[in-house]
Amino acid sequence: MNQKSRIIDEKGFERTLARLAHEILERNKGADNIALVGIRTRGEFLTKRLAKIIQEIEHKEMQMGFLDITLYRDDLREKPYQPILKGTEISFDVSGKDIILIDDVLFTGRTVRAALDELVDLGRPDSIQLAVLVDRGHRELPIRADFVGKNIPTSMEEKVKVMMKELDSEDGVYLVKTETGGY
Amino acid sequence: MPLLSRHLLGLEGVPKDDIQLILDTATSFREVLERPIKKVPTLQGKTIVNLFFESSTRTRISFELAERRLSADVVNFSADMSSLKKGETLKDTARNIEAMKIDMVVMRHAASGAAVFLSKVINAIIINAGDGAHEHPTQALLDMYSIREKHGTIQGLKVCIVGDISHSRVALSNIYGLKTMGARIAVCGPKTLIPRFIEQIGIEIFNNIDDAIKWSDILNVLRIQLERQDRAFFPSLMEYRKYFAVTRERLDKADKVITIMHPGPINRDVELSADVADSAHSLILQQVLNGVAIRMAVLYLLGTRS
Repeated sequence: MNQKSRIIDEKGFERTLARLAHEILERNKGADNIALVGIRTRGEFLTKRLAKIIQEIEHKEMQMGFLDITLYRDDLREKPYQPILKGTEISFDVSGKDIILIDDVLFTGRTVRAALDELVDLGRPDSIQLAVLVDRGHRELPIRADFVGKNIPTSMEEKVKVMMKELDSEDGVYLVKTETGGY
Repeated sequence: MPLLSRHLLGLEGVPKDDIQLILDTATSFREVLERPIKKVPTLQGKTIVNLFFESSTRTRISFELAERRLSADVVNFSADMSSLKKGETLKDTARNIEAMKIDMVVMRHAASGAAVFLSKVINAIIINAGDGAHEHPTQALLDMYSIREKHGTIQGLKVCIVGDISHSRVALSNIYGLKTMGARIAVCGPKTLIPRFIEQIGIEIFNNIDDAIKWSDILNVLRIQLERQDRAFFPSLMEYRKYFAVTRERLDKADKVITIMHPGPINRDVELSADVADSAHSLILQQVLNGVAIRMAVLYLLGTRS
């Protein structure tokens, strides 16, 4: 049996996103030059939520896009299955923008590495800042987040599961102890 | 959900889900082709040989671009510079190339069945880029992609293939693929250029282009292979034009818009009039662009599976 404990509940989820939105605006002195880019799948929905909160604060339409980093992965050959491409959708020019890159969980940093490579192929942003809902540690690359919803120290046998209403039954973050470990 | 087959030898027997997966995957690569840097690192470290035993410009360039845009290492091998001229067999040529540790082979060959043969004698992944009068699967896939992009679906559309059906691998692959995807298919051309088996597979036959136009949503016009004209499958080009050329006047008689496709290269004003080829309802240049995306999709799906 897997043991499951809730780290962030529904209310906490909402508050965490609100705080991240404010931190992003504070650091960038408003929303004038920022654009949000989410890493599919859950980063896409986090991006849509953050965009909505920022729009309510700044009364300004946010530019946003989504990355499918599959083509940039360094482990394609080791995967037992072939991921289905969901496609990258970025309809604005990233050059000159301050890009807020958004994902649900920061773990080894390899996904973020792939996303950075893809972003710079699309143009030359003024800056790229990383926002994540959860930082669970165990980095394998020199990558850190600029905005962190919650730091959750984990062991390799644990798994962080982010649930979002768009895909799951609820909003929340769980720490799951698995027998096989990993993620 | 990976493709069922390890190779892409033809579309005969390829299930609908696989065709759908290739077309859906190509959409992602169309986006890559719109970027400032039209290259992704997906096939880094893979080596692909383009083995072209028959001359081809556009298919070879399209494959080569697709391979390079996926960051594969590419080697080209064409008949005129090869040891074939010195009498080496296909099997020996292929085995020699394989000994150089390559991962995939894209082959064009004049003999029907050459790709199937190759897949049995070497271990690399094989993509058929045209074998004799048999199949040319990536051409049919890009045709279907272009149809879907324009019409939103393939199911139920009426597609008529016009011209030399007997000698056309494009026709055969299109027939297999379109049938699987639920299109209705017809062919139109001189009787001498329509194979006898075609009626048995439930395909309509038109003996003149006006009837075909009345029936069709889409005309896929094939190139009349002038180099075969010495064998006299029809009396003269003039006569072919009279019954089968797709022209503005003929299309105007139909009170509907018909999508025009052609795999290229076009003989302008032979099978297709120049104004029709360049019209807004022609998908010809779109087909060329989609060809690169489709080939990237096939290379990705076959080249990255474990």
